[in-house]
Amino acid sequence: MSDKDTIAVDVRDAVKRYGDFTALQRISLSIYDNEFFTLLGPSGCGKTTLLRMIAGFEDVTEGAIFLFGDEIEKLPPNKRPVNTVFQNYALFPHMTVTENVGFGLEMRGKSKSEARQRAGEMLELVQLSQFADRKPAQLSGGQQQRVALARALAPQPKVLLLDEPLSALDLKLRQAMRFELKELQRETGITFIFVTHDQEEALTMSDRIAVMSAGKLQQLGEAKEIYERPHNMFVADFIGETNLLEVSVDKIADGRAICHLGGGHELTCNEVPGVGVGSKVHMSVRPERLFLSDEPTESESLKGQVRDNIFVGTDIQTIIDLADGPQMIVRTSNSDRGNKRIFEPGAQAYVNMEQEAARLLVD
Amino acid sequence: MARGKNDIKSFPGFLPMTILCLVILYAPLVVVTIYSLNDSNSITNWEGISFRWYADVFTGPESEKFKIAAWNSFTIAIIAATVSTTIATLAATAMVRGGRFRLRTVSFGLISLPLMVPEIVTAVATLIFFNSIGFTRGYLTILMAHIAFCIPFAYMPISARMQGIEDSYEQAAMDLYATKRQAFTKILMPLMLPGIISGYILAFIISLDDFIITNFVKGAGVETLPTAIFGSVKQGIKPNIMAISTMLLAVSIIMVTISYFVSKSDNTK
Amino acid sequence: MAAGAASGGSAKSDTYAEARTWLLLPAWAVLGIFVLAPVLMMLVYSFLTKEFRGGVIWDFSFAAYDQFFCNRGLFGDEPCSIEWTYINIFWRSIWQAGAATLLSLVIGFPTAYFIATRPEKVRPIWVFLITIPYWVNLLIRTVSMKFMLRDQGPLNDFLISTGLIDTPIHIVNTNFAVQLGLFYSYLPFMVLPIYASVERYNFNLSEAAADLYASKWVTLRRILLPAVKPGVIAGCILVFVPSLGSFLAPDLLGGAKNFMIGSLIEEQFKGNAGNWPFGAAASMILLTMVLIILLIFARQQAKAEKGTG
Repeated sequence: MSDKDTIAVDVRDAVKRYGDFTALQRISLSIYDNEFFTLLGPSGCGKTTLLRMIAGFEDVTEGAIFLFGDEIEKLPPNKRPVNTVFQNYALFPHMTVTENVGFGLEMRGKSKSEARQRAGEMLELVQLSQFADRKPAQLSGGQQQRVALARALAPQPKVLLLDEPLSALDLKLRQAMRFELKELQRETGITFIFVTHDQEEALTMSDRIAVMSAGKLQQLGEAKEIYERPHNMFVADFIGETNLLEVSVDKIADGRAICHLGGGHELTCNEVPGVGVGSKVHMSVRPERLFLSDEPTESESLKGQVRDNIFVGTDIQTIIDLADGPQMIVRTSNSDRGNKRIFEPGAQAYVNMEQEAARLLVD
Repeated sequence: MARGKNDIKSFPGFLPMTILCLVILYAPLVVVTIYSLNDSNSITNWEGISFRWYADVFTGPESEKFKIAAWNSFTIAIIAATVSTTIATLAATAMVRGGRFRLRTVSFGLISLPLMVPEIVTAVATLIFFNSIGFTRGYLTILMAHIAFCIPFAYMPISARMQGIEDSYEQAAMDLYATKRQAFTKILMPLMLPGIISGYILAFIISLDDFIITNFVKGAGVETLPTAIFGSVKQGIKPNIMAISTMLLAVSIIMVTISYFVSKSDNTK
Repeated sequence: MAAGAASGGSAKSDTYAEARTWLLLPAWAVLGIFVLAPVLMMLVYSFLTKEFRGGVIWDFSFAAYDQFFCNRGLFGDEPCSIEWTYINIFWRSIWQAGAATLLSLVIGFPTAYFIATRPEKVRPIWVFLITIPYWVNLLIRTVSMKFMLRDQGPLNDFLISTGLIDTPIHIVNTNFAVQLGLFYSYLPFMVLPIYASVERYNFNLSEAAADLYASKWVTLRRILLPAVKPGVIAGCILVFVPSLGSFLAPDLLGGAKNFMIGSLIEEQFKGNAGNWPFGAAASMILLTMVLIILLIFARQQAKAEKGTG
């Protein structure tokens, strides 16, 4: 796990502008040593820009970046002890696998034989020793990916940057590589900064995640925290599936907020700083935390009519119209069918939720 | 995939047109090649195959003239191609890897200027230029003019190639502690090589083949192969001219074929 | 050739931005000194006075342009009326270049289309076949063409032997010979841009038209042609412009009757008989015409590019 006493990368008030366009709007964040840190967001959110600023491929318009206490934002990429795994791997096509992996060491002044030896060790680590003398084009996508990893790790960087490294692989391989990457990070003890637009990837691999959108940091936290306590609409909507309901806050008492959601329906949930009485905001309720029943239960219950059931493999999604109110989706796991009833379209039912399931969002 | 009558892509008559097009393009070349082997003093009558006119080019009464012209042509082509390819490679690096800059459009206009200005106008202008600065016309003036108008021909394949190379290769090199110079020499140049070779070959052929500009700036006494051939042809087409033409034609076709295969070889794969 | 490169492409990265001045300097110097400066010098020369043994006297004069456009009578003392001699030569050049362009289009379009609809793997081979002759010395090609077309040449021999004709057809020294020569000189310039645009064309559009009851030829005219128009225009310009100023084809195939701009200019610099300022002025007029055509063309291409996204 990460070492919270040492900060590996410290980004302070970093701004990136291209002419009139602002790609990054004053971002500050600290990445700890030995951490698997993920920058997550849709394309164009600025995550890759931030990564390339740390690598040295983009100038920093304003602000500073520190690497283990040293200010680095003015240094060219070849003077920064960080290495990158590129999205398309950027393996040198005219060099063999060994020459690729040994390149960084040679550039750092190591002798050819030393570079070769270390490259051999790295290839062993990623289990590609038998391909040492091939050209990159003779390898499969997954193998190229591992060569890129070995090449970036060979010079023993202080921080490894990974720019959507799994996006070019097919689904099965991608899932296997997630596990391998996580292992590799634990084995080497190097800080990984991982950029992705795939929330599942982020949730399964990261110690901490920074969710970004429109050049801004939306939320920073551990995977579970981000999934269960999204801070705002963007995070709730981007990560996982959710029911977003328009509500108005009627009353706040004892840390609980009583909210109205139209059609006379009422819900109680934890209060959130920044959302006061009278505010009209959104509420997020994860569909898997809801269940249906014939009668109201002790928990929060909302009455509605089932519109349709959709079979999605592991789950069944039930779409239900609340009486005079909004539409909601309820997800029932197929393995759970013994306990939970499936209602036919047209049937009346109550939507129930646990106390912590609903979450008020700052818009 | 069957190509039936319902194939909306095919039109009747287009294949014959294509064949006609190729016949028109190749027939004169084939005919000259065949007649260069004619064992006859007259170009009209066919008297069987012989290589006597090829021998005549090297040993006949005009052989000395052709030898000097060939020497001039080939040395000028080699030097002009080497210099213009070097200049074009540097320029392409600035144009393709130099970001946006104000003089970029102007620079591109300047580089493609020899392609836009009619050749006869370039020829006149170059003659006037050397005359106005009092430079005696001869080998050197031909060479300088050739270097200038070969630049765009070398530039095109080189810049096209560079456009096709992702800049992430150089970034990866610099990420792995290479300096910019090392990224250029160790990564970009090797990847560029096919483009540079084909640029060199095109520049070489263009210089070797040029007649109009050379004819204006050569001055008295200095001849290249095309100007020597033109001089002879003005007195009528003779068999030895067909032999020398066939040889020059073969050089061009061989060089272009090499260029084609080099540029097709993709060393990024 | 210039079609794809009309905009010069975009900058791929700024890796070598700080060195770009030094990298471009040799190109600027060589092209500036040996192409741009000479063109400017030519402009200056067109306003100088001719020396009778070739060359110029450094006296400012409109004489060259006056000679081109004005007829001042036998003794040169009458008021200016339009001089048709040189305008007619220009006009004939335009006409010849136009005819050669049309000929290239009629044969080049089906060829380009045919190549573009071959399987992807063999297309480069077809393109290569079309371009090879272009790289063969223009002089040799023109001489070969002349040899072919002579009264006693292989073409006439062939036609007579097949019994199609009894007496040789005179082709050399006719307008048609010049057009054929120009066509032969610049055909690849017609084929390549058309090929490029047909290759990019989405044939689903033709399928959609066929599905909506359009015949093949209607589809070609109403759907395909508008889509590949920029390529066709590019091809026409690329054949027309060099044809206009060509020298070898009219000189070798056309003879004295079929004088074109190129020969007119060349004559002014031959030996001691020429008139340098007049040659410079004629060159300037030709250059201006060409640049105007290219400018209009570049504007249209830019507009077309914007239109297609």
